Amino acid sequence: MSESTRLPIYRPGTRVRIRAEAHPGHHRTPLYLKGQRGVVVRHLITDRNPETLAYGQDGLPRVPIYQVRFVQAELWPGYRGPRHDVLDADILEHWLERAD
Amino acid sequence: MSDQHEHGHGHPGHPEGQPHRLYGVPFEVVETAMRELLEARGLVSEAEVTAAVAEQERRRPENGARFIARFWSDPAFAERARRDFKAAAAELGFDLTIAPNLQVLENTDRVHHVTVCTLCSCSPQALIGPPPAWYKGTTYRKRVVRDPRGALATWGTHIPDSTELRVVDTTTETRYLVIPQRPAGTEGWSEERLARLVTMDSMFGVEPARDPATVSG
Repeated sequence: MSESTRLPIYRPGTRVRIRAEAHPGHHRTPLYLKGQRGVVVRHLITDRNPETLAYGQDGLPRVPIYQVRFVQAELWPGYRGPRHDVLDADILEHWLERAD
Repeated sequence: MSDQHEHGHGHPGHPEGQPHRLYGVPFEVVETAMRELLEARGLVSEAEVTAAVAEQERRRPENGARFIARFWSDPAFAERARRDFKAAAAELGFDLTIAPNLQVLENTDRVHHVTVCTLCSCSPQALIGPPPAWYKGTTYRKRVVRDPRGALATWGTHIPDSTELRVVDTTTETRYLVIPQRPAGTEGWSEERLARLVTMDSMFGVEPARDPATVSG
């Protein structure tokens, strides 16, 4: 494959934090998850970067995308439901940093 | 073509009896003008527009219902679908080559999945068709992430506290098809009959599959 690709650096079970950064322009990290802690469930795919694809670029290098799991009771103070309720979201690698 | 509002149901967004409009101009006029300009300049051909409309019309919830009926009926198919969704769909004649990455989410007594796209309205359109208005609306998108049990209750869906409720926010690149639980009492049913149990909303996880008693043989 001639296109450049990054190998995934986070293993399943890694505790991560979503970067709490403003980002000018199109991006796929919802505001309510910025700054929140979660756990990597798995590496889903490595795909073209939608943040540059949105502006007519080629989206390369391809970026690893992870399924990240959050505990609902930690996301939302006063969450109405049991402690085992979770929320999964798909996050581009450059939006993750190690927690702890 | 008439610019009168021909579909008689009262959906929100514009006054009943008024045509859909863009900056005061009926959509059909805007669409015709845009298409004729694109065709006149050789950017799009009439055949391409016709093919695109036909492709869009093939995207129907019946596709997802067939996929789920096969998933319920054939454990080997289900295993292939977990590993490679597109290859499994191709067995049913669905060409998803150009579709985004696809995954199944299996609902069980232990875990119940419900999908949302808080950033827009991403969904597995090849298998469900265009997403329904409620899925695109901000009411659902805001509520289901922070109060999913309350949101599901508006469908009459009550998930026991012993079941893990897992909201899946389709934020980027992958689309998810919820596989509702196969209703009890459907042993030996044909795939055609099983498919009639699968509602569009059940493929998002907001309601279960239909009660078998409501589906005739």
